Amino acid sequence: MRVNGAAHPAPSDPRRLLSDHLRHDLGLTGTHVGCEHGVCGCCTVLLDGAPVRSCLMLAVQAEGHDVTTIEGLAADGAPLHPVQQAFHECHGLQCGFCTPGFVMSVVGLLAQHPNPTAQQIDEGISGNLCRCTGYASIRRAVVRAAELSK
Amino acid sequence: MKPPPFEYHAPTTVDEACALLASLEDAKVLAGGQSLVPLLNFRLARPAHLIDINRIAGLDRIYERDGGVAVQALARQAAVEDSDLVARVCPLAGAAVRLVAHRVIRNRGTVCGSLAHADPASELPAVLLALGGHVVARSTRGERVIEAGGLFHGVLETALAPDELVVEAWFPASPVPFAIVEESRRHGDFALAGVVRAADRLSLFGVAPTPVLADPRDPTKGLSPSGDLEATPEFRLHLVRVLTAKAFAA
Repeated sequence: MRVNGAAHPAPSDPRRLLSDHLRHDLGLTGTHVGCEHGVCGCCTVLLDGAPVRSCLMLAVQAEGHDVTTIEGLAADGAPLHPVQQAFHECHGLQCGFCTPGFVMSVVGLLAQHPNPTAQQIDEGISGNLCRCTGYASIRRAVVRAAELSK
Repeated sequence: MKPPPFEYHAPTTVDEACALLASLEDAKVLAGGQSLVPLLNFRLARPAHLIDINRIAGLDRIYERDGGVAVQALARQAAVEDSDLVARVCPLAGAAVRLVAHRVIRNRGTVCGSLAHADPASELPAVLLALGGHVVARSTRGERVIEAGGLFHGVLETALAPDELVVEAWFPASPVPFAIVEESRRHGDFALAGVVRAADRLSLFGVAPTPVLADPRDPTKGLSPSGDLEATPEFRLHLVRVLTAKAFAA
């Protein structure tokens, strides 16, 4: 599989979840794991460009596919990705635990709806849980990310 | 490791998958994995073998057949959501799939997987039932059609034999008017109760061990839904009445 553009062998144990493979085998700990059963959205990554839950995939299933994690959105020292920049500007985070998942989901949302309506924003982030912010600044960040992405 | 031990198989053809299902004891089919993998992670499901069908090429088509829409086993829910054909021929299925979990889940989850999983609170089984659709099941013994009316046997139980693979689901064209209305705590959560209207036909979900057909004039007749932290049985019956009135007001 290719992870953030670099080729990696799949793990030998098929029981390895993609989330655990990214974190434990590849050291990409930006992908967070919260519930590990598909509810919280923290572990969201892009699979061939579309956001998916990495805790609900076996790592062997990503063989032959492109995986993008939060580390792959912007290189160290390079300007932030527009969605990251928007979360930064709008204070779309507090503790930051859920943030990588939100950012990856919003990247997918804006790919599908470049100018999302309020309802599309609410639906687009409804699969991610944040226990700090109350979502108001996250919604603002999505609007800002859409502006920055133009 | 979160999931319990299993032996992993990745067939590349339907025949190979069916041969594995026929020869292995205690095997589960892994399609989108959005219901199965949580069950594995909780260790509520402990199959000896996982048969991952995602490597089978050409099993993700959505095409017109017999005046309706056929959705193959690997067609993702997101693809059905975005399908112009579904929007034209069976907009009810398109409306229903938008209520299934979240887009991020629908990017992996499959329509056939939802039907085979048969969660009583799931939208697509109720849609298939209201429309009178079917699934096509394949095994080394051959292929058979299972009508929606005979598919759902109980909570997560279907008429599918252990050696059968759902290769496609067929949704008849949606009649006019149609509606799907549900009540859930958050967008994308499992519904506390929901109703599907296809012209004069009404099916309910989330209020019985399987989706059920009901009389639009007396939709709660014979129902005894279970209660949980989210909703009492009485509240679910109330929702059925209100949602049915909404669906038939359109």
